[in-house]
Amino acid sequence: MSRIIHKEQLSKDVFLMRLEAPLIAEERKAGQFIILQTDEDLGERIPLTIADADEDEGSITIIFQVVGKSTNDLSHLNKGDDIPVLVGPLGMPTHIENFGTVVCVGGGIGVAPLHPIAQALKKAGNKVITIIGARNKDLIILEDKMKEIADEFIVCTDDGSYGRKALVTEPLKEICKREEKPNMAIAIGPPVMMKFCAETTRPYEVFTQVSLNTIMVDGTGMCGGCRVNVGGEVKFVCVDGPEFDGHKVDFDNMMMRLNSYKDFEKKKAHECNLELEVAKKEAEL
Amino acid sequence: MSHENPETIADQAREWLAEYIVKKDDLKPKDRLAIPSQEMPAQDPIERGKNLDEVALGFTMEQARLEALRCLQCKKNTCVDDCPVAIDIPGFIKHIADGDMQAAADTIKESSLLPSICGRVCPQETQCQEHCKVGMALKDIDKGVGIGRLERFVADWERATGNIRVPEVKPATGKKVAVVGSGPAGLVVAADVRREGHDVTIFEAFHKMGGVMRYGIPEFRLPNEIIDQEIDTLNKMGVKFQTNYVVGRTRKLTDLIDKDGFDAVFVGTGAGLPYFMGIEGENLVGVFSANEYLTRANLMKAFDKKESNTPIYESKKVAVLGGGNVAMDAARMALRLGAEKVYVVYRRTEKEMPARNEEIEHAKEEGIEFHFLRNPKRILGTEDGRVKAMEVLKYELGEPDDSGRRRPVVIEGSEFMMEVDTVLVSIGNGSNPLISQTTPDMSVNKWGNIKVDEKQKSSINKIYAGGDIVLGAATVILAMGEGRRAAKAINEQLANELAVQSN
Ligand SMILES: Cc1cc2nc3c(=O)[nH]c(=O)nc-3n(C[C@H](O)[C@H](O)[C@H](O)COP(=O)(O)OP(=O)(O)OC[C@H]3O[C@@H](n4cnc5c(N)ncnc54)[C@H](O)[C@@H]3O)c2cc1C
Ligand code: FES
Repeated sequence: MSRIIHKEQLSKDVFLMRLEAPLIAEERKAGQFIILQTDEDLGERIPLTIADADEDEGSITIIFQVVGKSTNDLSHLNKGDDIPVLVGPLGMPTHIENFGTVVCVGGGIGVAPLHPIAQALKKAGNKVITIIGARNKDLIILEDKMKEIADEFIVCTDDGSYGRKALVTEPLKEICKREEKPNMAIAIGPPVMMKFCAETTRPYEVFTQVSLNTIMVDGTGMCGGCRVNVGGEVKFVCVDGPEFDGHKVDFDNMMMRLNSYKDFEKKKAHECNLELEVAKKEAEL
Repeated sequence: MSHENPETIADQAREWLAEYIVKKDDLKPKDRLAIPSQEMPAQDPIERGKNLDEVALGFTMEQARLEALRCLQCKKNTCVDDCPVAIDIPGFIKHIADGDMQAAADTIKESSLLPSICGRVCPQETQCQEHCKVGMALKDIDKGVGIGRLERFVADWERATGNIRVPEVKPATGKKVAVVGSGPAGLVVAADVRREGHDVTIFEAFHKMGGVMRYGIPEFRLPNEIIDQEIDTLNKMGVKFQTNYVVGRTRKLTDLIDKDGFDAVFVGTGAGLPYFMGIEGENLVGVFSANEYLTRANLMKAFDKKESNTPIYESKKVAVLGGGNVAMDAARMALRLGAEKVYVVYRRTEKEMPARNEEIEHAKEEGIEFHFLRNPKRILGTEDGRVKAMEVLKYELGEPDDSGRRRPVVIEGSEFMMEVDTVLVSIGNGSNPLISQTTPDMSVNKWGNIKVDEKQKSSINKIYAGGDIVLGAATVILAMGEGRRAAKAINEQLANELAVQSN
């Protein structure tokens, strides 16, 4: 069980929470994630990357976007409420060393897990070039925090409502073309974005690490629900990952698998909208 | 075996018992062999395909006593030799025949901690019952004394009385033991070590206790209430539980000793990493490991489609690959979740199936189709990556291999298509990688199973291991047996340390 000690809405559907979790705060490293449930009996297991941790306070920070019934339930919890199931830190930590120059690309909510990695890379002596992007201005998160640790910083939006009007792959390509091409790239965001980042860097042979957010159940290597195809081999994201060589990941298969339960999700979303409407009607009466 | 109405079975047993009980002390072996072997009453096959309630209903008192009268009380009790925890089988059965159920319960508990579970899930036909002289005389293992069913009867009887005896705990010793994993191995270690007065904490990765018994074996075979009961007994003994705690990640295994002050640790983390076939189409949407499918349905309650937030794949035609208990559970769960057709596809023949006989019979009664000597070649998908069919190869039995079993050989060109929308893979498990991944000093074999000595001690001082993480995917009773042995070694280690301290 873990208490919510802080909650903040970052944009329309994006929330930040600080959770009491002293053991996880002590052990976690950049790149790792937690799994939580908002109901011990009937809740779904939601994997979320650890965005930050404060060992002194004994807390971890999660940032999540409401995408379905379970994340919606989570967003309705408030400061002082308890999250009945919280387990972690899970997954392999990011391998951090001084690689030289690293481009960190974050899309949408993916900026949250990118932040601790960029921070650790900076601390290890890397030159950090950061590109963050989102569909529009409202969906840009953690801009200041990312800027603070970047040697070079680029913001872009799909619709041009903020920063450069471009997809993140555009500046990424320019950077790869530079005389001093980067030693490595890290891309975290929606699967399509990671796929195209990997495609962008491939011709320049810039090693590109991606962080995969597959469907998960246990998170300890027992069920195989999180499996992905990496370089023709089956890998389990929860124990072998979540980070993999983006040039080897079969993104198309992964994206199909992410849609396994879309009908169920639609139905739950529908039910939850109905409930909201009923609640609204009741409030009106 | 065909399905008999439970009431008919009960009435028959009542009549027969009345006839035999009056002469119970004068029965000759010949008379005992003549007593009809008792069938397990079960829920109606069609009805039970729609619910999660337990299929096997358990013997009535009359059935139990009648079945107990069939035991020859052999001097040379081979049944006990084949029980991994050496229960005094003739002893407890004699008590049932005499009508002293408490004595029967106490006799079993001397050796086994979880009789209501073992009575339900042990593979009796390859253990105690395999060498039962009654079955041998009648030339049918299934006609041997129903030892497991009697064990279950006694345990259920005790539970129904409402006063399960909580084992006595000796005064506190000040020693602390950590148990990692709450499967049968871990639970047994916790009980046996706690009895000696040591402080015990069980660390479990999931939010609920019980291991595979909770997340894998379905309710229709092992109701949750029985596991709850066992956990409750441990709770009353003062065992502490720490759920949502992944040893290796939340805390390093060795830190439990170095930082948290535990004097010994038992690792019972079970099997892990389900195997896949390595064939084309295996990552299509609609292909699941049986582990995932069952965990969703059981632990995450996806069976309750309305209330649970965990989704489960909607299937019409399901192929289950494999022939073990896990395959039977997955097949029968798919049926209960609404599949119209469920096929079990197995490479060998029925004789080689590792599943318990009772489960195979029950699955057949429920309408599950078995396809023996068949193995998939590839899985085909629709445009959006969903399973639509499976290409299957036929096999025949060839020459016997080293173990004497006739090896299945593929028939070239025998490919045919099976229309399915879901494939559940249940061909076994590798080892759980977490502990070895995060504990560099731990010696494991080439399959990743933890290496232990004859006392279950690992390569690291004060750390013991047992159950599936040592044996590979095995059984509940073998896990318990290893737990027993580990607990004994841990208790010895701690007793020695205490002796040194007081000198
Ligand atoms: C579907 C199914 C049906 C089966 N049917 C039968 C049957 O009919 N008869 C039979 O005898 N056997 C059966 N088995 C096998 C039997 O269940 C296992 O052999 C037995 O449960 C093994 O016990 P265990 O204590 O070693 O581990 P498990 O029961 O596997 O328990 C291990 C526990 O450790 C936890 N864990 C893992 N890693 C960590 C970690 N790092 N930190 C903390 N906790 C951790 C897991 O979450 C789990 O709860 C079946 C198995 C399955 C999957
Ligand atoms: S989530 Fe189950 S194996 Fe990874």
